[in-house]
Amino acid sequence: MKLVEHFTHGLNSPICLTWELTYACNLSCVHCLSSSGRRDPRELSTEECKAVIDELQRMQVFYVNIGGGEPTVRSDFWELLDYAIAHDVGVKFSTNGVKLDKARAAQLAATDYVDVQISLDGATAEVNDHVRGPGSYATAIRAMENLYEAGFGQFKISVVVTRHNVDQLDDFKAIADRYGAQLRITRFRPSGRGADSWDELHPTREQQRQLYDWLVARGEDVLTGDSFFHLSAYGQELPGLNLCGAGRVVCLIDPVGDVYACPFAIHDQFLAGNVRSPGGFDTVWKSSELFAELRGPQSGGACTKCSHYDACQGGCMAAKFFTGLPLDGPDPECVLGNGERELAKLQVDGDPQRVIPKPSLDHSHRTTPRDRREPVPLTLSVRRPDRACDSDPLGGEGTRLPAGIRVG
Amino acid sequence: MSTTAAGAGPQGQISGSAPAGVGDFDAGRPYRISGSVSVRPESFGALVYDFHTRRLSFLKTRPLVRVVESLADHPDVHGALEAAEVPAHQREQYLKALAGLAQAGTIKPREDAP
Repeated sequence: MKLVEHFTHGLNSPICLTWELTYACNLSCVHCLSSSGRRDPRELSTEECKAVIDELQRMQVFYVNIGGGEPTVRSDFWELLDYAIAHDVGVKFSTNGVKLDKARAAQLAATDYVDVQISLDGATAEVNDHVRGPGSYATAIRAMENLYEAGFGQFKISVVVTRHNVDQLDDFKAIADRYGAQLRITRFRPSGRGADSWDELHPTREQQRQLYDWLVARGEDVLTGDSFFHLSAYGQELPGLNLCGAGRVVCLIDPVGDVYACPFAIHDQFLAGNVRSPGGFDTVWKSSELFAELRGPQSGGACTKCSHYDACQGGCMAAKFFTGLPLDGPDPECVLGNGERELAKLQVDGDPQRVIPKPSLDHSHRTTPRDRREPVPLTLSVRRPDRACDSDPLGGEGTRLPAGIRVG
Repeated sequence: MSTTAAGAGPQGQISGSAPAGVGDFDAGRPYRISGSVSVRPESFGALVYDFHTRRLSFLKTRPLVRVVESLADHPDVHGALEAAEVPAHQREQYLKALAGLAQAGTIKPREDAP
C-alpha cells in the first residue's frame, strides 16, 4: 500500500492539529474562518487546556497549530505555550501581531520549539486593511520588525490568497526576505465570514492559473499548508500530500473543546465530538463516527469520470459545503470550470429547498469597528419632547403601580 | 513542519526522509536515534519528528522501525539489522534508508564509537 493510502485510512494521531484557543479577537477580518470576535463564555479553562496538552503528549502529536481568534489575547496564552513545549508538544501559533512587542519578541526568540506565523493579507496597507481592518498592516509589520530585531530567526508570514492580493505574491516574498521570514500562502475558503466575502474575494479563474504558475516557478521554499491541491489538475502535481486530510491526518479543536474534521469546517455536520467528553480527544479521534466515515471509501460522484480526478481528488470538502455544492461534486474553483457551471445551474434552478449552509457558530463582534476618520453616523432627533421630563423615575409607569400611590 | 517533507519519499524507498546518500554513514559503527527525535508507531511503520529541524519523515516498514529503535542496543548497524531479522536480500535497501536517516540527522553515531 502506498503511504498516502495509509493516510487516507487515518493515523493513530493527527499529523496536523489546529487548536483555536479563543474566539476573542481584536480584529474583524472579513474572511475569518471561525467568525471570531467575542470570547465564548464556555471557553476551555487553563486547567482544561493543560489536560488537552497532556493528552496530545500521550498521543505523540508532535506539534499543534494554535490560532483563534487571536490566541495571544488569552491572558494564559504564554503559560500554555510554555506548558506545551515542556510537554513535547511543539507550537506554531498564528497571530495578527497585536501582542508582539519588543519584550514578547525577545521572550519568543529565547524559546525553543515555537514557530510564529504573522497573518498578512496584503503587501500594502491598502489591500491588507481592506480585509483585516484599519491599522492591521502597521500592527503586523511592527510585530515582524520586533521579531527580526530580537533575532527570532525564521518566522512565517501567512497570506490568504485573494482576488486583491494575487498580483502581490512577489511583493510578499520581498517582505518575507526583508525580515528573514518564510512565506506561507494558503487558499481562501468560504468558511466562517469567508462565506460572506467569497464572491468578492476568491480568485478568478485566470488568477487561479496565475497562482499555479507562480507556485510552480517560484514556490520552492514557499509553504502552502497543502492547500492548493485542487490546482494540481493544471498539470504538475504541487508538493504535498495532494489529498483532503480532514479527519484523516488533520482536525480542529475549537475554543470550547469541540472537535471538527478540519479548520475550515466549523459546522455541526463536521463535528466529531468534544474533548470534555469521557475519553477526551483520544476517543474522539479514534472512535468518532464522522471520522470513521471520512476514513472510509469516498464517492467522488461525477468527478471520478474526470481525467484529473487523481490529481485533485475532487478538491476541498469545506469549499464545496459552504458554497452549497454537493460533497461528491466538483470544487467551486475546479480548474476545468465544473464548479462554476454547477453553481450557475443551482442559481438558475432557484431551488427553494437549496439552502447554502451557514456556519453553526458566529462570534463576530456585534458592531463592525469603523474607520475612526469617518464621521460617526447618527441622526439627531428633531422631534420635541411632548412634555417636560418626569422627575419621578417611575414616571409613566403609573398604571402598574399599587393603588394608593399617586403619580404625576 | 515542512509540508514538502510529507510528500517526500518516492515509491520503492522505505524511508521518506532526505534523499538517500551514503555520505559519512558507516554501518560498522554504533548509532542511536537523535535526542531531538520522537518516533510514533503507525500501522505502516512510524512517523518520525525532529523537534529541532521541525522535519517530519516516515519509516515505511515495521522492521525498519525495529532497526531504528534498537540501534542503541547494538555495537553496529549490522547487529541491529540482524536482530530485526531483516532478510539478507533486503539489507542493501535498509542500509540506504538508514544512510538517508543519518544524513537528515534522524540517527547519529554514538559517542561510544571506537
